[in-house]
Amino acid sequence: MTATSRLTGPGWYRALWMSLLGISFAFGIVTAIRALYGWDPVLDGNAVLTVALLATPLFFLVGLGGFDYWFYWASGRRTRPEDHSGHGAHSWRDYFRINTDHKVIGIQYTVTSFFFLLVGGLLAMLIRAELAAPGMQFVDPNTYNGLFSVHASILIFLFIIPVFAGIANYVLPLMIGAPDMAFPRLNALSYWLLPIGGTMMLISFFAPGGSFSTGWTAYAPLSTEVPVGQLFFTIGVQFAGASSVMTALNFLVTIITMRAPGMSFWRMPLLVWANFSTSLLVVIATPFVAASQFFLLLDRALSFGFFDAGKGGDVLMYQHVFWFYSHPAVYIMMLPGFGIISEILAVKARKPIFGYRMMAFSLLAIVVLGFTVWAHHMFVSGMQSWIRVPMMVTTAIIAVPTGIKIFSWLATLWRGVLRLDTPMLFALGFLTMFVLGGISGVMLAIIPIDIHVSDTYFIVAHIHYVLFGGSLLTIFAGVYYWFPKMTGRMYDERLGKIHFWLTFVGFNATFAPMHLLGVAGMPRRVADYAEQFAGWNMFISIASFGLGLSTLVFLYNMAASWRGGPRAPANPWRALTLEWQVSSPPPVFNFDAVPTVVGGPYEYGVPGAVHGVFKEGAEVPQPVGAAAGAVSARKE
Amino acid sequence: MLTLGVLASIAGVAIALAIDWFPQSASTQAKKVDSLWDIVLVISVPIFILVLVVVLFCVWKFRQRPGEELKDGPPIHGNTQLEVVWTAIPALLLVGLCSYTFFVLDEIEQKDPDELVVNVTGEQFTWTFAYPSVRAGGKPLASSQLYLPKDRPIRFNVRTKDVLHDFWVPQFRMKIDAVPGITTQVRVTPDTVGRYPVVCAELCGVGHATMRQVAHVVEPGEFQRWVRSRQRPAGGAAAGGGGGQAAADGRAIFTGAAGCGGCHTLAAAGTSGQTGPKLDQVLKGEDKAFIRESIVNPGAKIAKGFGPNIMPENFGQTLTPQELNALVDYLSKETQG
Repeated sequence: MTATSRLTGPGWYRALWMSLLGISFAFGIVTAIRALYGWDPVLDGNAVLTVALLATPLFFLVGLGGFDYWFYWASGRRTRPEDHSGHGAHSWRDYFRINTDHKVIGIQYTVTSFFFLLVGGLLAMLIRAELAAPGMQFVDPNTYNGLFSVHASILIFLFIIPVFAGIANYVLPLMIGAPDMAFPRLNALSYWLLPIGGTMMLISFFAPGGSFSTGWTAYAPLSTEVPVGQLFFTIGVQFAGASSVMTALNFLVTIITMRAPGMSFWRMPLLVWANFSTSLLVVIATPFVAASQFFLLLDRALSFGFFDAGKGGDVLMYQHVFWFYSHPAVYIMMLPGFGIISEILAVKARKPIFGYRMMAFSLLAIVVLGFTVWAHHMFVSGMQSWIRVPMMVTTAIIAVPTGIKIFSWLATLWRGVLRLDTPMLFALGFLTMFVLGGISGVMLAIIPIDIHVSDTYFIVAHIHYVLFGGSLLTIFAGVYYWFPKMTGRMYDERLGKIHFWLTFVGFNATFAPMHLLGVAGMPRRVADYAEQFAGWNMFISIASFGLGLSTLVFLYNMAASWRGGPRAPANPWRALTLEWQVSSPPPVFNFDAVPTVVGGPYEYGVPGAVHGVFKEGAEVPQPVGAAAGAVSARKE
Repeated sequence: MLTLGVLASIAGVAIALAIDWFPQSASTQAKKVDSLWDIVLVISVPIFILVLVVVLFCVWKFRQRPGEELKDGPPIHGNTQLEVVWTAIPALLLVGLCSYTFFVLDEIEQKDPDELVVNVTGEQFTWTFAYPSVRAGGKPLASSQLYLPKDRPIRFNVRTKDVLHDFWVPQFRMKIDAVPGITTQVRVTPDTVGRYPVVCAELCGVGHATMRQVAHVVEPGEFQRWVRSRQRPAGGAAAGGGGGQAAADGRAIFTGAAGCGGCHTLAAAGTSGQTGPKLDQVLKGEDKAFIRESIVNPGAKIAKGFGPNIMPENFGQTLTPQELNALVDYLSKETQG
């Protein structure tokens, strides 16, 4: 490869100089406009930064090659024949390139998200260090506000939401018998938006005036007044959100159009149902959070005054638009986990999922109801008071489909043959802990109780029981469960169990006492607190450090097993779903022969039952020629 | 398993009810919220115990034993009756709970014709409490401390001068956001004499954690005495202690009434706040006029490294002239030595 082609071809060299070009572009256009209007000063650092944050990532993506194919096509030039050289990974370097293989993208997604889990967890450790005793010890209040804001934003937008997309990216096409996702290039692009959003949030700590410090909720008008670090959230969320929407669209189209012959909707594994439901939520709701942050951006950068009461703006509107996304977002962060649990419980209990259809319907019910409850986050916001009662009722009713799922899982366990390995322990841990998060959720729906505990540590406890005891335990369960499929290696079972028990105990010791603190009157998002709360806070901090250390066991297990674990057989769990019917890891195009689905996915205990069969000699049609990639690979 | 479940549920409910969850209850509303809480616990704890007991029972009874590696469970796909039951019972339970809550909510937000109106104004990072029905020096009486007569229904009209805040007294159980552009309301009837914290519960910036003041619930006679002491043109009572003291004590105002120490470090007062500049450094060598201006009009000269609009601008309003003098004298004395 010549020096010139290194610089002009897609890749990191081109991405680098294109990024510099993006920064110069921002500098040039802002300075030119300010000069034309005669604004003083002509050189405004904050204005340049605003445009640079928007433009540089796009230049970077163009440089990396995210748009190459479409640019060739749009300009009428000869597109490169789809030779599938972008498929598969042959060395670790392939994970740092634009790659269109859903299995590579799935691993890119998952590993990147776990990197952000570690960063977010480290921020939590800093928060707990500061909170270990009353008074200020390690950081100043502004830095503290930045710590919890970045902690929450990173873990919500860069860990929980994308890691589910990562796991599903790997598993879902395999599960429905497809050779890849419907739009592989879009898939690659949606992955590369993620590290951009995450990097932006992390480097906000170096912004003048410190990181964004208004919580992950970024309530106006505080967020329009704080220093420029806020923009790193406002704009970072746009990239993470765009990534989410692209992936969700991809999942929807893949699920609707690329199922193997015989795979009717009622034969889909529940993980597929769960991602179908989640994707519906994402495409409908995510534009609202994008809008809320664009409003903020316009307020900050161009003085629009959407949320400036002095200019006739409406402060409560921010909260309505924000929560119209951010409540469904809770289900975006939970439904894929429900899917993972359904897969694991059926396989590990050796029984069909109890009430399969109701499990699917309850997912859809949560999707619909999820859009009717957002204002329960605003019971003390000063909105019209009558609206609280209907919001309370819908919030309580959402517990009904959730309850159906819990009870059906319990019935799935009943009279099964329970194999208590690591994925199963995490699944059972989820089942019990999520019920606690659900119960505190119903308590929060009860308006008089919510009035007292909103904005206290009770909320912090609730959200961690839902997102840690709920989502994160399902993520661990899923990662252990599909680790053999993804890496071709077995993980260390003993270390896995140690990891579970350390996590389970550490989690409860950390978050259970927060319920008590909250009801007793400790507000959240405070760097300092009254003397009376000192005892429990010290206890929580110590427990949280233990919880943080338990992650090291997980990391070691993953790294060591990936390098040198025993080779994994194709189907170590004796599961029926299609992803286990191919080798571990699967071939580049997933299936050497077209699978035909002949029964349900969970027919455990039915003698001789199979979910899919591979007909001898039925070759997968190999795509030929330009622009044929996704389209011709689809089997009719 | 059923017996075990029932016993565990009873034990669980007993433990949940035995926990002393709430801070002291100091309003009629608090009593009703607390009993609603107990009802919710009685309903919800058994649901958790039920799930826990079933999971543990299954783990104990149905775990895979050696030799069962290839064994499957029975192919049970569902049971419509059971599914109807576990859909209908939670739904009925929740609708019942919501209906009951509706009446509790109605009760705790009841209006009263005899209510005392208090205007609460939030700003970064302090509260000002004004009593429109009480005049002092031609203006409504304003104070940085909240005094409330016992057993009198109060209506708080809550406003803000800048960003969102939230007015909360945990012992009253009621809170409401202070929202730019609108006036929000919350009603409370204090019923227990005592000193309680006024807490800002909505993140409002760097000084959010220091936005604490004191609510005093006092006997009606005591309340009248406080009002009169604030109305007296030369009233010298320090707002910190509630009267009695002849000369205002600068140190007490610094650490108590005005709450300076929450944000400012001052060695002599033993405070270590970090939101604002360290006074031992920035006031060194400055005269009393500078100190006075910095208190009353903090935006006039801002210490290096700190942003504008962080220190409240209402001290000229909430401190009496005597208190202000005492505070300036105190700060001058302690930082010039």
